[in-house]
Amino acid sequence: MMANKYFESVRVMLGGEPRKPEPAEYTEEAKAIHFYKKTETLDFIALKKEARAHQKKAKWLKRRWTALLAINLLFVVSFWLDIQILEGALTASRMLGFHLIDLNSALQVMLAHKHIIVNLLIGTGTVFVLWLLLGGRTFCSWVCPYHFLAENAERLHVWLVEKKKITDHAFHRGVRAVFWVLFALMAILTGYTVFETISPTGIVSRALIYGPGLALGWVGLLLLFEVFYSRRAWCRYVCPIGLTYGFVGVFSPLHVTYRLADCHHEGECRRVCEVPHVLDCVIKGRAPDAQLDIGADCTRCGMCIDVCPSGALAFEIKGLRKIM
Amino acid sequence: MTAEKKPAAPGNGAINKRKLEERRRFLRTMILGAAVLGISTLGYIPVASAWRMRMRPPGALEEADFLSSCIKCGQCVQVCPVQAIKLDDLDQGFGVGVPYIDSRQQACDFSCDAVQCILACPTGALVYKKPAFMASRSEMKVANPPILLAKEKDPEPTLNLKERTGLARLARPDACLAVQGKGFKGAARGGDFKGTMRFIEVDRWKPIPLKDHPFDLALCDLCVRTCPIKGAISLEAVVDINGIKRMTPTVHEPCLGCGVCEMVCPVESAAIVVDPRKGWGA
Repeated sequence: MMANKYFESVRVMLGGEPRKPEPAEYTEEAKAIHFYKKTETLDFIALKKEARAHQKKAKWLKRRWTALLAINLLFVVSFWLDIQILEGALTASRMLGFHLIDLNSALQVMLAHKHIIVNLLIGTGTVFVLWLLLGGRTFCSWVCPYHFLAENAERLHVWLVEKKKITDHAFHRGVRAVFWVLFALMAILTGYTVFETISPTGIVSRALIYGPGLALGWVGLLLLFEVFYSRRAWCRYVCPIGLTYGFVGVFSPLHVTYRLADCHHEGECRRVCEVPHVLDCVIKGRAPDAQLDIGADCTRCGMCIDVCPSGALAFEIKGLRKIM
Repeated sequence: MTAEKKPAAPGNGAINKRKLEERRRFLRTMILGAAVLGISTLGYIPVASAWRMRMRPPGALEEADFLSSCIKCGQCVQVCPVQAIKLDDLDQGFGVGVPYIDSRQQACDFSCDAVQCILACPTGALVYKKPAFMASRSEMKVANPPILLAKEKDPEPTLNLKERTGLARLARPDACLAVQGKGFKGAARGGDFKGTMRFIEVDRWKPIPLKDHPFDLALCDLCVRTCPIKGAISLEAVVDINGIKRMTPTVHEPCLGCGVCEMVCPVESAAIVVDPRKGWGA
């Protein structure tokens, strides 16, 4: 059952459609909650308004943007003011002398160059442990500067769709896993870090630190594509960095947790989520257990927590629940 | 949204909307895949055509190895005391974000004394010594450990470098002031030039703008007197085809290709230039 949960999380991350659990997979507790929900006659609208009135608005969004901007600003001022706290760019850096190396960039270099020096290994190991603890794709939403640009472009996209100016075009999510394999193969076969050439994460990070260039034009095109054609296309369907960190996050203790009993199944969380397939369990009747961990593809951005009017979603550190 | 596969619509000609949308999405996805792959491989064109051969920082691996091993973080840029190292842009294709030196604008004058860019490199794209199995050319190897003139009197006067990154060459002897027998007075590159350099007689640890260090020379020997490496260049009396003896800057084997001579050369464009990736005698 436990192994199955991780397998399912990876399968959905690689592009598989989330599936409705078999009747045998539901726990007695979950069955009971689902049963009571059928007979519930509470006024959800009134409850929601009540909850909204007491809610801190965009609590996690504010925290996350503060962290994201602070980290990227630290890179910038470390160079500009020569204070040497965080030297380098997001692909590789040194924090107070300690090597930190982005896992996907390291992978590309290792595959292309086929020679690994000790510093590369140390930096990769440090970052691996860091994101294993902090939730893998947490990198995407809390650090990646392209994510920040893309989520603001996304607001524009959603607004345009609501105004019926444009329509959204989805792709098959499985293509991201195909890209991951193709970029790895290209690195091995050509000996060049092909993905790094078009990676908006590296491009934006370097542009912030070392000054803008032509490469930002490519990032601009990507954003236009996301605004007018397909919502969050790069992060959802292409970026191998997200998938690399996704794998790291499979066994991470830090994740979003879902409490079935508190949920009113309004689906607000799925509307704001970058990866709504991880929130399949919030659909009425889908949750096989009273409390569930959200899958590996989750970027731990906390938007679902911010919008949830009933507090059914929350950050959790695994193990802490048992200890406390 | 549901995962269950519904059986295909009975063959009465009715169009299954769901199936149609799925087929469209599949097509779109294929196009996206082809487009991203196509765009990413475009980066090979500038590399394959070597449309702009770049001077790399000291200790750089051979070009193909350098491009594969560089993680494009710019830590070498950050440690350079004269800001000689720049990162390339998207027009260099796979070379985007990879460090290079434009010697004419700002050469590496080794004023860090220890080739700090190599120390900063996290992936071994810049190395003091290449691993034995790494591609290398014999003409790039320097015969003896290069002696840095600035620390010639130190207990350890040499630079920890085994290979050169290029070689200086008198490209336009006709334009060379020394060959013409002319002197030079003033700032080597004029008052607007932003390049900096370390002058041991001014301050060993602080590079100063080249324009703040004017010269007054009876015969121009700027490339020789500013060269940071011992025995890399000298003025030699060379008899030309007309039988006239002319003083000519002559590059010798210890040259590492640092590019200081190219930066200081007062004629426009420089009479002496550095050929990136060129070895001694090749």
